[in-house]
Amino acid sequence: MTTFIAGQELAPKVFTINRARLIQYANASGDQNPIHQNEEFAKSVGLENVIAHGMFTMGLAGQYISQIAGSSAKVREFSARFTKPVVVPAGIDVQLIVSATVVDVDSDIARLEIVAMCSEVKVLGMAKAVISL
Amino acid sequence: MLNPDLVGRTFVGTTKTTISPESIASFADALGESETTVAPPTFGITISLEQSQTLLQDSGLDWSRVVHGDQRFEIFTPLIAGMQVRCDCTIESARVVAGNEIVTVRADLIIETKKAVSTWSTLVFRA
Repeated sequence: MTTFIAGQELAPKVFTINRARLIQYANASGDQNPIHQNEEFAKSVGLENVIAHGMFTMGLAGQYISQIAGSSAKVREFSARFTKPVVVPAGIDVQLIVSATVVDVDSDIARLEIVAMCSEVKVLGMAKAVISL
Repeated sequence: MLNPDLVGRTFVGTTKTTISPESIASFADALGESETTVAPPTFGITISLEQSQTLLQDSGLDWSRVVHGDQRFEIFTPLIAGMQVRCDCTIESARVVAGNEIVTVRADLIIETKKAVSTWSTLVFRA
């Protein structure tokens, strides 16, 4: 079992986001909004290009938290703001780097602050999780 | 514009979704998660999103103008395959800022009579 200490910085993890993975997430989640798949449509509504589902980015951060906790069953709370869209041009692998700091530790829980970055821009704001120890 | 009378109202789900092992496996796989005995922490969105969307569209909001503002999950009982889930949606708040309508919906995923997951979605309907 991992021991967590307040202030501890946890090793980051790099995730790859590309068009194929957005389609896979759309099918798995049921969120088929065309702004996440169709470049022409995305641009027609004023976006720079296709953008990742906020919930895909959050889901990847959630995978990181599950891994830290040792199981998805240990994740009690998870919240995030979608501050910046993750733009996903065709044929490009976009890197999402997720890291966390332990805010504090109680008898049976740890509170984490999560940072998710794409091209040095924070894409999630106020991202926090509570995990069971 | 959302009818202010709807704020605070709970819309009890009329159907139950049975969580299949395949739905957990494909959601986990999409996130690069190998554990499939329990659903990933954000899995509840696959159940809550559709019901929230139906509720808000039926209330007159234009889903084609929606942007996801934030999301929060509280997980009391992790979701696993075989559970039969009812989803109750409550419109917690609605306000207009600079012409954009900001709506927070809470979805409670109920197993039998117990709340397993609560998830809050803040959605921004652009002017």
